[in-house]
Amino acid sequence: MEMPANTVKNDIEDFLKDTGFEATIGLEVHCELKTATKLWCSCKNSFGNEPNTLVCPVCLGLPGSLPVLNKRAVEYAIRIGLALNCTVQNSIFHRKNYFYPDMPKDFQISQYDIPINADGYVTLPDGGSVGIVRAHIEEDTGKSTHFSASGRIHESSATLIDYNRAGIPLVEIVSAPDITSSEMAKAYVTELRNIIVATGATDGKMEEGSMRVDANVSVKRIQDSELGTRCEIKNLNSLRSLGKAINYEIKRQVDNILSGQKVVQQTRHFNEDLNQTVTLRTKEEAEDYRYFPEPDLVPLNPGAAWIEQIKAEMPPLLIERRRMVQDLMRETQEIDQLQSAIAILVDLNLDSVFKQTVGIGANPTIALKRLTNEAANAVEAARNLNPEQFAKLIQLETDNKISTTQSKTILSKMLENPDKTLDILISELNIVSFGEAETTALVEQLIKDKPDEFERFKQGDDKVTQFFIGQIMRLSKGQANGKLVTEILMKKRNQF
Amino acid sequence: MTQDKSFISKEQVLHVAALAKLNLSDQEVTKFTAQLSDILGYANELSELELKDVSPTAHPIELENVFRDDTVLKSIDNSKVIQNAPESLNSQFKVPPILDD
Ligand SMILES: [Zn+2]
Repeated sequence: MEMPANTVKNDIEDFLKDTGFEATIGLEVHCELKTATKLWCSCKNSFGNEPNTLVCPVCLGLPGSLPVLNKRAVEYAIRIGLALNCTVQNSIFHRKNYFYPDMPKDFQISQYDIPINADGYVTLPDGGSVGIVRAHIEEDTGKSTHFSASGRIHESSATLIDYNRAGIPLVEIVSAPDITSSEMAKAYVTELRNIIVATGATDGKMEEGSMRVDANVSVKRIQDSELGTRCEIKNLNSLRSLGKAINYEIKRQVDNILSGQKVVQQTRHFNEDLNQTVTLRTKEEAEDYRYFPEPDLVPLNPGAAWIEQIKAEMPPLLIERRRMVQDLMRETQEIDQLQSAIAILVDLNLDSVFKQTVGIGANPTIALKRLTNEAANAVEAARNLNPEQFAKLIQLETDNKISTTQSKTILSKMLENPDKTLDILISELNIVSFGEAETTALVEQLIKDKPDEFERFKQGDDKVTQFFIGQIMRLSKGQANGKLVTEILMKKRNQF
Repeated sequence: MTQDKSFISKEQVLHVAALAKLNLSDQEVTKFTAQLSDILGYANELSELELKDVSPTAHPIELENVFRDDTVLKSIDNSKVIQNAPESLNSQFKVPPILDD
């Protein structure tokens, strides 16, 4: 249901307007790279295995083990940087020191003052833009499970650690604080996800935790120039939680200030059950990560030639793929209304079959509509549609040889039976073509049989159109094309 | 040595100890403050060198771009993984609850 979400959104907008505050939001998005192995060792990078089966001395942080950088991880990080319009630069690795049992070395190898990618941006579908401060390489932590009788995180009685995820390569994408609402945050994460998934570097599955978002939220009075104290909400793993957590946090901070309290800088956790953020820890001590250059790793200097090669071997960028579809739809009148369908087509990876089908001569608008509506329910099959047979089907619909309903029926069979030709499907489905000639014959017969109704229609009673369409649908067993019936009726009215 | 001038304060030692989750006695604080000060003082002798014309380096060895191919090798056996764990449950490391507030 859309209603509650919209209500919340408007509530927050109204609330900010009434109180004279505005929100400033920056997001840190962690995405796991789709490499075969981990970042520093040759253990398999894989999700959903038995605990602690994909570990070795390196990713367990055993004494004497040494990290060696995965070349593919660097390539993927550079792909992401290029797709986010970043400068790809020479960089080094740092140790970020903190004690937490999911980090077996007691430090995380990350990048600090010189990240591999810096200064990019993401253009949002509504034309807005969000700056990218950096997109750096780091390693993931192990997975901890808190357990307790009540199942509540603050009452956990012990913690279990699985290090399979420890050392999996991540790219952390840090946005500029350009985001002003939960809606904009969701639009940014959605577009960012689509962009980076299109690079082939990551699968962006928030529900599996391969993409996780931390949100930095602060509020200030509109007239103030200085930003307010920010709070960081950790590990938001769905767009829904992201939106709810931000709205909750905005309201909490404004309420705090209005009641004369100060916002304390802290790390918070979003509790899905309570629908609110709760304190994890205050910043004072945790900030002190004592970064220093990782002595076990040498500088990473990709150089122009390698970057060019990565660019050349990379799948086309999302924006280029959308542009390709837009180019094929140049002639279409309704292109402005079809922009979101174009985005969906590309996100579903159906732009390639679209391109081939339209290349054969199929009507691009119909191809786009069928692919993003009917075919989207069977997206795997849709990607493997035979462009020739699909183009033929669209041609029949374009030429009014079959109705839209018939076309959709045939398409669903075509998706289920990739080996059958259009002709076979039509005969198996007993599809009867009601083209111009067949439909005209039916209309003429009906005019003869129902002279009174036709007389009323001639006098200008357009409601009779529905009667005629109903009759013809009955005669044709639902296979006639209502749009064509109307056209022919109009023609007949002018003739008589 | 650096008897008269300490390169690290007691407060800094306590701060670092807190970050490392160590509880130090007063005696230990005094002892480690002196020891750490000695180490920092020794490292500080580097600042006496004339380094105006030396560019900063991230690594003492003149190497860059040391990579590994993205090829899976065998991980170690699970029984060995948790062999040294003080406590374990279901092949996982069991630790005290880590959310302390
Ligand atoms: Zn490993």
